[in-house]
Amino acid sequence: MPKRDDLKRIMLIGSGPIIIGQACEFDYSGTQALKALTEEGFEVVLINSNPATIMTDPELATRTYLEPITPESVAKIIARERPDALLPTLGGQTGLNTAVAVSEQGVLEEYGVELIGASLEVIQKAESRERFRRSMENIGLEVPKSDIARSLEDVRKISEDVELPVIVRPAFTLGGTGGGVAYNLEDLEEISRRGLAASMTHEVMLEESVLGWKEFELEVMRDKNDNCVIICSIENVDAMGIHTGDSVTVAPSQTLTDREFQRMRNASLDIMREIGVETGGSNVQFAVNPANGDMMVIEMNPRVSRSSALASKATGFPIAKIAAKLAVGYSLDELPNDITRETVASFEPSIDYCVVKIPRFTFEKFEGSEDELTSSMRSVGETMAIGRTFKESLQKGLRSLETGMIGLADSFRPQLPEREGIVANLRKPNSRRLTYLRLALLSGITEEEIHRDTHIDPWFLRQIQELVDFEAELLEWAGNWPDIDDPEQSAGILRRAKQLGFSDRQLAGLLDRSQEEIRRSRQRHGVTATYKLVDTCAAEFEAYTPYYYSTYERENECRASEGRRKVVILGGGPNRIGQGIEFDYCCVHASFSLREMGLESIMVNSNPETVSTDYDTSDRLYFEPLTLEDTLNLVEQEQPEGVIVQFGGQTPLNLAVPLLKNGVPILGTSPDSIDRAEDRERFQELLNTVGLKQPENGTATSEEGALDIARRIGYPLVVRPSYVLGGRAMEIVYDEKDLMNYFREAVVISPDHPILLDKFMENAIEIDVDAVSDGEDTYVGGIMEHIEEAGVHSGDSACVIPPHTIGEKLEEELIRDTKALARELQVKGLMNIQYAIREGEIYILEVNPRASRTVPFVSKATGVPLAKLATQVMLGERLRDLDPWSKRRSGYYSVKEAVLPFNRFPGVDTLLGPEMRSTGEVMGVDPDFGLAFLKSQLASGQIISEEGTIFISVNNRDKPNIVEPARVFAEMGYTLVVTQGTGDYLERFGIETKRVNKVYEGRPNVIDMIKNKQIQLVINTSSGKLTVQDSSSLRQTTILYNIPYTTTVAGARAVALALRQRRAHEGITVGSLQEFYAEKT
Amino acid sequence: MRAILGLEDGTWFEGSSFTGAGEARGEVIFNTGMTGYQEILTDPSYAMQLVCMTYPHIGNYGINPEDGESDRIHAAGFIVRECCKRPSNWQSAESLPNYLLRHGVPGIEGIDTRALTRHIRIRGAMRACISTRERDPERVVDKAREIPPMEGLNLVDRVGPENPYIWTAEGPREARLDAEASPWSGKGLRIALLDLGAKRNILRLLTECGMDVLGLPPWSAYQDIARLAPDAVFLSNGPGDPAPLPEIRQTVSRLMEDYPMGGICLGHQILGLCLGGDSFKLKFGHHGVNHPVRDLASGKIEITSQNHGFCVDLSHREDITTTHINLNDNTLEGFRHKERPIMAVQHHPEAAPGPHDSRGFFREFAEMVRAGSRRSEI
Repeated sequence: MPKRDDLKRIMLIGSGPIIIGQACEFDYSGTQALKALTEEGFEVVLINSNPATIMTDPELATRTYLEPITPESVAKIIARERPDALLPTLGGQTGLNTAVAVSEQGVLEEYGVELIGASLEVIQKAESRERFRRSMENIGLEVPKSDIARSLEDVRKISEDVELPVIVRPAFTLGGTGGGVAYNLEDLEEISRRGLAASMTHEVMLEESVLGWKEFELEVMRDKNDNCVIICSIENVDAMGIHTGDSVTVAPSQTLTDREFQRMRNASLDIMREIGVETGGSNVQFAVNPANGDMMVIEMNPRVSRSSALASKATGFPIAKIAAKLAVGYSLDELPNDITRETVASFEPSIDYCVVKIPRFTFEKFEGSEDELTSSMRSVGETMAIGRTFKESLQKGLRSLETGMIGLADSFRPQLPEREGIVANLRKPNSRRLTYLRLALLSGITEEEIHRDTHIDPWFLRQIQELVDFEAELLEWAGNWPDIDDPEQSAGILRRAKQLGFSDRQLAGLLDRSQEEIRRSRQRHGVTATYKLVDTCAAEFEAYTPYYYSTYERENECRASEGRRKVVILGGGPNRIGQGIEFDYCCVHASFSLREMGLESIMVNSNPETVSTDYDTSDRLYFEPLTLEDTLNLVEQEQPEGVIVQFGGQTPLNLAVPLLKNGVPILGTSPDSIDRAEDRERFQELLNTVGLKQPENGTATSEEGALDIARRIGYPLVVRPSYVLGGRAMEIVYDEKDLMNYFREAVVISPDHPILLDKFMENAIEIDVDAVSDGEDTYVGGIMEHIEEAGVHSGDSACVIPPHTIGEKLEEELIRDTKALARELQVKGLMNIQYAIREGEIYILEVNPRASRTVPFVSKATGVPLAKLATQVMLGERLRDLDPWSKRRSGYYSVKEAVLPFNRFPGVDTLLGPEMRSTGEVMGVDPDFGLAFLKSQLASGQIISEEGTIFISVNNRDKPNIVEPARVFAEMGYTLVVTQGTGDYLERFGIETKRVNKVYEGRPNVIDMIKNKQIQLVINTSSGKLTVQDSSSLRQTTILYNIPYTTTVAGARAVALALRQRRAHEGITVGSLQEFYAEKT
Repeated sequence: MRAILGLEDGTWFEGSSFTGAGEARGEVIFNTGMTGYQEILTDPSYAMQLVCMTYPHIGNYGINPEDGESDRIHAAGFIVRECCKRPSNWQSAESLPNYLLRHGVPGIEGIDTRALTRHIRIRGAMRACISTRERDPERVVDKAREIPPMEGLNLVDRVGPENPYIWTAEGPREARLDAEASPWSGKGLRIALLDLGAKRNILRLLTECGMDVLGLPPWSAYQDIARLAPDAVFLSNGPGDPAPLPEIRQTVSRLMEDYPMGGICLGHQILGLCLGGDSFKLKFGHHGVNHPVRDLASGKIEITSQNHGFCVDLSHREDITTTHINLNDNTLEGFRHKERPIMAVQHHPEAAPGPHDSRGFFREFAEMVRAGSRRSEI
């Protein structure tokens, strides 16, 4: 029985912006699902507010709604589009929760829309902690003892009967948001309060702790005929207590006997059946007591997940694609296994390599947050590595992380910290866990002690021990001053080192040689990388999908094609703040573009969450670390005509010059031009040549030098280290004291690490421009006007296309300047320029001859896919022939808004600044600017109520500008609650307000009001260190209680406009990209 | 210690022995299971085979007292990418290298097992030799060529039990058939199991389904079996080619006339041959725990445990219903006789190692026997 023919139109809910716990894996799964459904002839209606996704490319769906993923907009879309079915299981927790909401509101029933994949009943059974627990008891499976609390009183009552520590798990949340491990009663209250606030149903489960038990996950698929298969087993290196998203994990499981594994498999199948998942993929988590094998079920997700994306990449089995096909009626045995072609999808992949996933953290971006791993997920990305052994994969994974590590050992003769320090770090897990494991072993701390302190299974500790032991062997070898070119002395040990995953850089450091010398010598000895296939079947059948990983083995399976033009695209590696899905989007578009041109595209990346690492995306896929060594290896293997480095963000860009030095052709803008834009002095020369100006600035290589420059330019200043992405360690300093503090706390300054100082353009409008140039002609893709004033990192600020305040003359000037810069730099491909406009004058802040974070947004806003265009140009086509100008769409506003992860970092100040901290973005589209802005706010999770009370407190500088928005709010009937100074000022303009105490002015104060839910919106600006600290507790409370807030006056102005327009239009109307594009003006 | 793996086609691999000095010969095959090495090593069906595991880390959870499928290692040699010397699992009583060493079975690691697997897939399973004694790879290859090929080789005689036994919760207990007392334990359907190299989990699961199981040597005669008055006869799994077992086939042909019959793996093949089927050798066999099999009656897919180098074809027999087929290559996975109570499967419903999807086979067998049983008390 093949697919259902009673369905014609299917609606799919995406997962929205990238946030911690819900990242681009849902673009990967959503894109697969869209392709699968379209291929089957269905019309697909998609809602997703995230423009940086491939799935929202208008050609992938029949209708693409870049609208806020709220029950209201989904209901409106359903009313317009009348889909036959809604598929809720591919858009993460957001998709699932939204589907539940529209279903409960009766919308699905009203319009006769069927939930496919998982019914409401199934979702509730799996997601409600209490019902899930009962279901598990029905089928005789053990779950940790637990109790549900719906209030703090409940929590207190329960706490009398349970033994601490307990795990707090909010219901219907994602990535353990608001959850945590409580070791004492004080923790318990604190975490429970957060958890209750975070839960959609206002309930938390207090769960008996199985801390220290081993943690496993199984990825299961089921079809309508009750055929069930396990796609992959995953074992967490970190034991229970650390969120699986924050754990180092390995596939397949390593330490279970077949009997234990089969018991887990049986349990997973029983759970699928008991919960009643009709079709699709689910993920089940288990805890196993290492002392006696007792097994407990922790949770299950009746949808595709981060783990299913990982499992797909780890095995080659496309879970999301198959899930989509199962949802429309196919059974597993009716679907072919794409990789082997001759076998079917109803089997269980067998793998003959070891996969290690390592999370990527950015605690350093959140001052005040503690680097500690708990049951609430805080990693922002992950990398996956494939090797033949755990040791090899672990080391490959560590160098893929791009945190500066070149393997487990950064240096072979480390200064060992005090034993107490190491032990403390073992007991309190943190992001540098693996490094501390090595240091512990080097310090002679026994495996038993480490196991006791970390609960990490001895098997993993012994693998790490083997790496540490081999370090000693290497040291002894190095100590004998070996001739690395002599095979007798060096060939054997080099081969073993490579098989254990040691990088050339590690060996170079050890031997005090250059990386090139190590490379040459091992090549001379024939110690070269071999490539093996990921084929789902451990070589039992022939595989047709060219998905490769490198290792050091006897046989190289890679059959580099001959006779075809081919190009290598270097991807962006693990997601991190400042380098996320936007760059993967560009890489994927580059690949599509190459294929359209008839070239072979070869993708390299190490991020399992992405579309770029789908084996379908490119002609060939290499799942590899993005280092010089690994890239050179595959370039040698493939011999492409060029390598594209400008799409993957800073990671591949940093490889441009070293690759060029090794004779690898770099496509597009020359590395020298990139250097001209990035090197401060050369940049100044460039601007002088073109006749443009920049804010006064200087480069300092010492503190004294910096102080001199500061005195010359004057404060406030923007200070930052050179060569950074995402505003890492960038700050605005207001006086000399601030500057000295910056040197003390934030950065190292030296001739090798210069610091850049720029005059801070107060009250300037910031503009971003994305353009494509072929060296002669330049197409300006989009001019984006920031909503927030200059000083907020462009990645964290909202912006709008077209600009809404600057006027035609300045726009024309911006276009002229952009063209001049492109021509002078001989840009071939993408370019991003940041401008500031102050008092009618244009200043250049930055020029980046590469893909920027805004490329997908601009592409969606204008209908011209810039990355594709850039790829064509890089391969020699001319803009005047491609004529993007004629394809450009307009006639509506597109607003991009950033999404910030502060709810994951309690205690961190939420004030926006020059350091980027957003994890993702959303887009709002509407013919009306106010409504487009409103949509972007709704999409980013700021639910602004239509009536109620607004709190306003602004600094003196902002007071004149707050009058107008305040008046709008008052006229709309909102009550304004203000602090003394703001209130006095507004009163002078006849605006009625109520006073409230600041925090230190006594109680009740504004925080009490927020806690009592008496405030629906917070507008609070501050400048200067002192007020910042004063208002910080206020902003944290707004996060904790999920109150919308803005920290800029410009933001407040936009909100006022948005609310007024919403009132005028009686709510938002929804529209699809295809419709916006059709109404071309 | 340096060790060479030489194949009959002249290919050789260098690795190192993790079991000291030694030498072993047999047919080299690969198994794609990621767990279950202890069950595999102790499965008598692997007699005379050098087993290459495709998963690179083997030995991680050691060897435990419960997971053996017989009382010794039957595989002739073990080939892995990396053997774990210090296992980690609460049940582990011994490391894999120790276990192999104790049983005198050589283990070799450091082999590009994927390359070896691909080689076997493309060229077919072949004779091979692992040796630490021969330094010259050519000599190792020669030694591989000296042994007889699997086809036509009777291996059942080497692995079947010497004496009858009754299966108990504690394992096999020797049974005396010439004694006055009945050898049966007295509970449930009486199953005479012709042990061609049976895995213990078959015996366990038959017992669990309410059967009283008496294991018999493979060469047991018809009269000896008939004298026991069993309710049914079951043919177990076992090693090698079903063709060179004419005596057993003769016995089985007679038994089929009088008793309900069941079979697994080699037992399935023998029953198939006795019913007029043809057997043939697969290029590289099915050895793993992920093979999809369709139960044609229900249409459902079972993920099965498999271990066979030979297959039987019954497609031309009109008195036979095909009950199961393999979805990878459409080979026969199970059949039933249309008139007589005979059923068998090619895969391993007892799993160990592998998924439990096919366990219903034992219940169905019990039902078939019960339906045809002449003993009223059952």
